[in-house]
Amino acid sequence: MTGKLDLDPRTVRHARSLARKAGRPIVTMAKKHTTVSVERATLRLAGLAGADEEGTPWVNRLVDVVRADLDDQGGLEHGVALPVWDALLRGEGDDLLTLAQKAAAGTIAFRLPEGKDATRARAAARKRVDAGLRTVDARRRERERLITRHGDAPRQPWIYLIVATGDIHEDIPQAQQAAREGADVIAVIRSTGQSLLDFVPEGATREGFAGTYATQENFRLMRAALDESSKELGRYIRLTNYASGLCMPEIAALAGLERLDMMLNDSMYGILFRDINPVRTFVDQRFSRQVHARAGIIINTGEDNYLTTADAVEAAHTVTTSQLLNEYFAKEAGLEDWQLGLGHAFEIDPSIPDSFRMELAHALLAREIFPKAPLKWMPPTRHMTGDVFRGNLLDGFFNLAGALTGQGILLVGMMTEAVVTPWLSDRDVALQNVRYVLDAAGSLHEDFHPAPDGFIASRARHVLGESIALLDRIVDDGMLDAIAEGTFGLMKRPADAGRGLDGVAVKSDLYYNPASEALDAPPEAAR
Amino acid sequence: MSEVLVPYGDTRGDGMVQVSFTLPMAHSKVAEGAAAQLANKMGMDPALVVHAKPLGPDFTFFVVYGRVNHVVDPSQVVVVERDYPLLSPKEVNAAIKRRLRRRLTVVGACIGTDAHTVGIDAILNIKGFAGEKGLEYYRELKVVNLGAQVAVPQLVERARAERADVVLVSQVVTQRDAHLLNTREMSAAFRESYPSDKRPLLVVGGPRFDEKMADELGVDRIFGRGTTPGEVASFITSRLAPPRSTT
Repeated sequence: MTGKLDLDPRTVRHARSLARKAGRPIVTMAKKHTTVSVERATLRLAGLAGADEEGTPWVNRLVDVVRADLDDQGGLEHGVALPVWDALLRGEGDDLLTLAQKAAAGTIAFRLPEGKDATRARAAARKRVDAGLRTVDARRRERERLITRHGDAPRQPWIYLIVATGDIHEDIPQAQQAAREGADVIAVIRSTGQSLLDFVPEGATREGFAGTYATQENFRLMRAALDESSKELGRYIRLTNYASGLCMPEIAALAGLERLDMMLNDSMYGILFRDINPVRTFVDQRFSRQVHARAGIIINTGEDNYLTTADAVEAAHTVTTSQLLNEYFAKEAGLEDWQLGLGHAFEIDPSIPDSFRMELAHALLAREIFPKAPLKWMPPTRHMTGDVFRGNLLDGFFNLAGALTGQGILLVGMMTEAVVTPWLSDRDVALQNVRYVLDAAGSLHEDFHPAPDGFIASRARHVLGESIALLDRIVDDGMLDAIAEGTFGLMKRPADAGRGLDGVAVKSDLYYNPASEALDAPPEAAR
Repeated sequence: MSEVLVPYGDTRGDGMVQVSFTLPMAHSKVAEGAAAQLANKMGMDPALVVHAKPLGPDFTFFVVYGRVNHVVDPSQVVVVERDYPLLSPKEVNAAIKRRLRRRLTVVGACIGTDAHTVGIDAILNIKGFAGEKGLEYYRELKVVNLGAQVAVPQLVERARAERADVVLVSQVVTQRDAHLLNTREMSAAFRESYPSDKRPLLVVGGPRFDEKMADELGVDRIFGRGTTPGEVASFITSRLAPPRSTT
């Protein structure tokens, strides 16, 4: 379904090359740094789990002690693998858990091994982390097997529904019911505060604000429940969570270990909307995406968020720009086209004349620039007023735009958006809306050919042109400066400010991380 | 003299209303009867169950139309009426300039774990809301938008550092009454760290607040759903740069 907008392929290639130019210095910067969360994710892949009595995860305990012990030798800059496996080889603990407990109790001291000791520590670390990555590989094969056994979602777009009770044991029956009602993908919204926690909570949780904490145990419980549903319904139900905030790498690792299927993962969301330090975000983002690539997880990017703060017409090109940047960062991290759920949203003010034609133009533009990506289509939120009747109509037009432009993942809009967290009946009304539109007009895209010089095609070309102008500016200014100046979502975020900056370190020449080593290797070698 | 009213369907005095709800029972004739019974208890008589749809095996969704036997008396309704004149941005700027001779500083934030900046942005961002420009557009207002998930001590600190005249707080998330708890914590913190005559004007907004609760929550004003930037700017002006008394 491409070729409807008469886009000049040279223009699209030019836009991509600008995104590459803008993104490359960021990747270079990311490769030179590590973060506390990258190091903790590495320990999680090596099998360290659990938390102390106060709920502080052992990975946090261990990384903090290693960093403090090596403070006068550069702290985090060598990575934690060398000092940790050196201590294990010296017999300071039988395994990582004992070592972490002893470290927390202050009964051992870490050192930076040299020479043969360093070589042995590297080999031991590599062995443990490789075992963790092999588990991730096994989970990926398991997903492929289950999809073959149960069958995949019956059609595109996949129907994506949210549960958000705060209590994993309430989420489970709601998610299973949503699957019965037709959901292909279940997303468990996280508790609002989680993105700013510099640790991943532990265990099954029953208390959350407007969402449920992402924890390894919650992941496991929900995946097991949806495996039951997949069996019952004869189609594989996908599970989504969020790799954003201060713990992107760790949550990505846990998602890979527990066979989550999709993860929200945006290159700039944490910077712009959570005021997380830009360097921290880009370093964490790259590692987390490498893990997602390995795990066969589909990422969902967060461009819809720009349109909740900026105007959806004026800022349409920032969505395209961000999609191009997200694509570049994703591919650089090893993700393939089928894994790129690039985001965009139906957020134009419905009182503007021709708003639906503009929505079609923007949605079709994304479809044609990224023909192989399963685009993530987000419903109206900003102009949902509490008038649920009008909201239901708006959601119907949103669904129609999704069907007409071949969106891959459709987040089901609720008429009670901005009123209450969805009720059982709201979800039913919403799914009825989706089914009606897809049954009535699901193949209408076959007959839908906007006039080459008409409003839709012209508008799409115009937005692409604006996007190229913006990318030009980002290339000239440098991306970190562009972010500092408020280019995206109107938020100004300087590179030397924001949360989590103290968890970033420049890698030394001695830096070693077996996970990065394996994930940076070319794909053939990795499998 | 007060005049009582009943809802209007298509004829004055018909008292017609519609409601929809879900009962946790399988769809059956009994379930439909139960829906009618609930509607009766809500004061609807006769109640017509016009739609009943099973939601899975254990729930049924109903739409009910009927005549309600309650009346309302507008003279008995208590609301927070707008007690300040609505000014245009030009008038706000002129009033501040003439009466204060300096810019007013507004510090805004979503406090607690609330990450929904849609409300604060609608009021502060130059883009604004409902066709009105946000406070950043007002020449005589200096706006400091701290964004989401700002801790209360951090907010107090920034308010002091910026010499804030007004602190604007938005709360969208209401689970477990978080909006009320956070607002009380915020107002207490400001009372504690400022002498009472130096405290900035505390304004709270969010879709689920009861505008009558300002005193109880220790703030100067609560704005509910649908508030526009112009209303907030006008309120601030009327409090901090009021017209001189004419009496």
